[in-house]
Amino acid sequence: MFIHTNPVTYDAVIVGSGAGGGMASKVLSESGLKVAVIEAGPYFDPANDAQRTQLRNPWDSPRRGAGSTRVFGDYDAAYGGWEIDGEPYTRKNGTRFDWFRSRMLGGRTNHWGRISLRFGPLDFKRKDIDGLGDNWPIGYEDVRPYYDRVDKLLGVFGSKEGIHNEPDGFFLPPPKPRLHELYYIKGARKANIPVIPSRLSVLTKRLNNDRGVCFYCSQCNRSCSVYADFSSGSCLIFPAQQSTGRIDLYTDAMVREVLTNGSGEAKGVIYINKEDRQEYQINAKVVVLAASACSSARILLNSKSGEHPQGLGNSSGLIGHYLHDSTGSSRAALVPELLNRKTYNEDGVGGMHVYTPWWLNDAKLDFPRGYHLEIWGGLGTPSYGFGFNPDSLNEHFGLEIGGYGNKLREDVKRFYGAVMGISGRGESIPQYDNYCEIDPDTVDEFGIPVLRFHYNWTDNERNQAKHMHKTFEEIFDAMGAITLGDTPSAKSEYGLAAPGQIIHEVGTTRMGNDPTTSVTNSFQQLHDAKNVFVVDAGPFVSQADKNPTWTIMALSWRTSDFIIDQLKKQNL
Amino acid sequence: MMNRRESIKRLILGTLSAGLFFPSAAEAKKHRGFSISPTDPDKPIARVPYVERKWDYGRTPEEKKRDELLFTQRFFDDHELSTIEVLCDHILPASDTAESAVDAGVTEFIAFIVLDMPSLQTRLRGGIMWLDGFSKKRHGDMFARISPSKQIIVLDEIAYPDKITPATEQGGRFFREIRNLILTGYYTSEIGVKDLGFQGNTANIWDGVPPEVLAEHGVDYEPEWLAKCVNQNRRAEIAEWDSEGNLLNN
Repeated sequence: MFIHTNPVTYDAVIVGSGAGGGMASKVLSESGLKVAVIEAGPYFDPANDAQRTQLRNPWDSPRRGAGSTRVFGDYDAAYGGWEIDGEPYTRKNGTRFDWFRSRMLGGRTNHWGRISLRFGPLDFKRKDIDGLGDNWPIGYEDVRPYYDRVDKLLGVFGSKEGIHNEPDGFFLPPPKPRLHELYYIKGARKANIPVIPSRLSVLTKRLNNDRGVCFYCSQCNRSCSVYADFSSGSCLIFPAQQSTGRIDLYTDAMVREVLTNGSGEAKGVIYINKEDRQEYQINAKVVVLAASACSSARILLNSKSGEHPQGLGNSSGLIGHYLHDSTGSSRAALVPELLNRKTYNEDGVGGMHVYTPWWLNDAKLDFPRGYHLEIWGGLGTPSYGFGFNPDSLNEHFGLEIGGYGNKLREDVKRFYGAVMGISGRGESIPQYDNYCEIDPDTVDEFGIPVLRFHYNWTDNERNQAKHMHKTFEEIFDAMGAITLGDTPSAKSEYGLAAPGQIIHEVGTTRMGNDPTTSVTNSFQQLHDAKNVFVVDAGPFVSQADKNPTWTIMALSWRTSDFIIDQLKKQNL
Repeated sequence: MMNRRESIKRLILGTLSAGLFFPSAAEAKKHRGFSISPTDPDKPIARVPYVERKWDYGRTPEEKKRDELLFTQRFFDDHELSTIEVLCDHILPASDTAESAVDAGVTEFIAFIVLDMPSLQTRLRGGIMWLDGFSKKRHGDMFARISPSKQIIVLDEIAYPDKITPATEQGGRFFREIRNLILTGYYTSEIGVKDLGFQGNTANIWDGVPPEVLAEHGVDYEPEWLAKCVNQNRRAEIAEWDSEGNLLNN
């Protein structure tokens, strides 16, 4: 087979341009290395008007923003979704894992929630507390300097609270709470549950001269055209490209495998150019995988050679195992005081202005680990689905249901902005039996064997979800709000979201000191091939109840420093 | 003179250009359902067919191609579209302060959304057929052809969940569905968003809930909380911290 080989040998080839790949691109190129970044999707810049969805009106879309082509709606900045044409994945033994992929420069960082929480001292050593899962080989003090750097480089608003397991950082000032958030604060205080300003990577204050300041349109999921929210393309890759001139970007390029030489070390990667469907080879001294926990696992498992018969880095047989997602469950409530409310521009930043960090580390509960609470509601932009069943809440007030005519206007306005909700996002226990592997029967349209998932929740996660609903109801009751829907029962796993739905896939190449029980070492370097690194969330041993992005970037920076040092010492 | 049937057909097929929909206001008035601007009765509403509109909302090339294909297709026939328009008129007519669902282009929206979401097609087509069958049985003609007062009698039998009988169950379901589509089409249109009072989606500086709203709700910001929040007067200054992470210039 003819393979087009690029004559350049790069210092590093980075596969994937999301949080981990973006950070590695920046740090490595700024150190003087010549870097190739390979992205499976197209080029994307939110400032490009042809791609911009920010500040579009609902009626600018013929389907009014419905999710017919993008699962989270027309304006969501993720090209991809749960299913991608031509790129299937499969499931095993009737179990379920939903896999969200975003094929574009910047990956999922273009639409993510920007919730940027540091893992705390307890989060790296949970096994010491409850005996479950495994400890990380590193602790908070190892990562802390990198969290500090990420804060200062990329910006996160928040407040110094001095909570031991919710470490403070270098925060920009948070925005003032919205009206429903003031009601939440009141209710949470009454229910004895803490509430603090949220921590999101949105620039409420100028951070540098390259990026704009938030203008409060609440649309961070559309990726900000003035770069006031953190997206990997606009905040890491573009500035590094400009300042170093040492980043070559390959887009619409699907990496199939890492190539190794006779001694088992990596020499480059092969990708398929989606436009001409030809194979290309890029050679590099170092291979950095940042394709997402599951995609990187897939590439490694598909990189079989004489030296690595089970796939590159897989002598332990653990690649793909310990895959885990956050737990999630949500509930909504009607706040009677917010009926028929006066309208005003309440957009704010793209997400909550207040939240509740986990507060029961010292309590005796029937589940391990914990969860935080995210708050939503307000006078949001109408889009497809707005106005459905406009009078379904009338029954709570003994009003008539049904009908037509101008009374419907009153129904719609009565409830507009009167419903709010709480989502719990918690920590699950990684399981050996939850994994992705190569499906022996299926390839994608590029001939690349696809992933097959096997995943079950345990009682740990189910009991946690049950506790979430108890909390939701306590807070809503304390607020005087009317909780909507019934308390979910065991039959529905207490409302626990299906695995994968929270889109925090981690753990498939977990780190550790023992090569028989882990895939990478504490610098995210494969035990089996010293010039291959994984800088997405694959190396996470566990993921706390915190969203993984900030930790992905802190660890990617730490690994990049290690790569630079090892190259200097000629160890790679 | 173009008849109504021809007008709708050309509207959907997109062979009619903007502003030419009705040759005259007088002609327009004859066409029940196609409303006249409440502010200027002589000025017909220009409703530009989707295929002729300039759509600019950040599509990928594949998404653009899909849209363009859908814009050339049609699902509902003229009779079905007329029926939807009559339903729009009853379900969300103009109010003293806001224009109607028809003015807001909800008919065109529904004609498009069934192409975008094919799972709606049979339910809506069958629902219209059910409605016609029911109207014929009770009032001797199809729903769009009976008098408005008789149409109201029919709607009253399917519009209230409490009044639904085994004979009208399917009609009730159709009513809910078409009402949902009409309301969502309306409140996501420019006219509807204005009626709702939504004021966002524009550059601004959020500096908290307006004082009069706080007062109305009897809530206020806690001073300690407020002390942590952004001082919007200094938002343009580049952030500086001490080595402990204390922000020096808020």
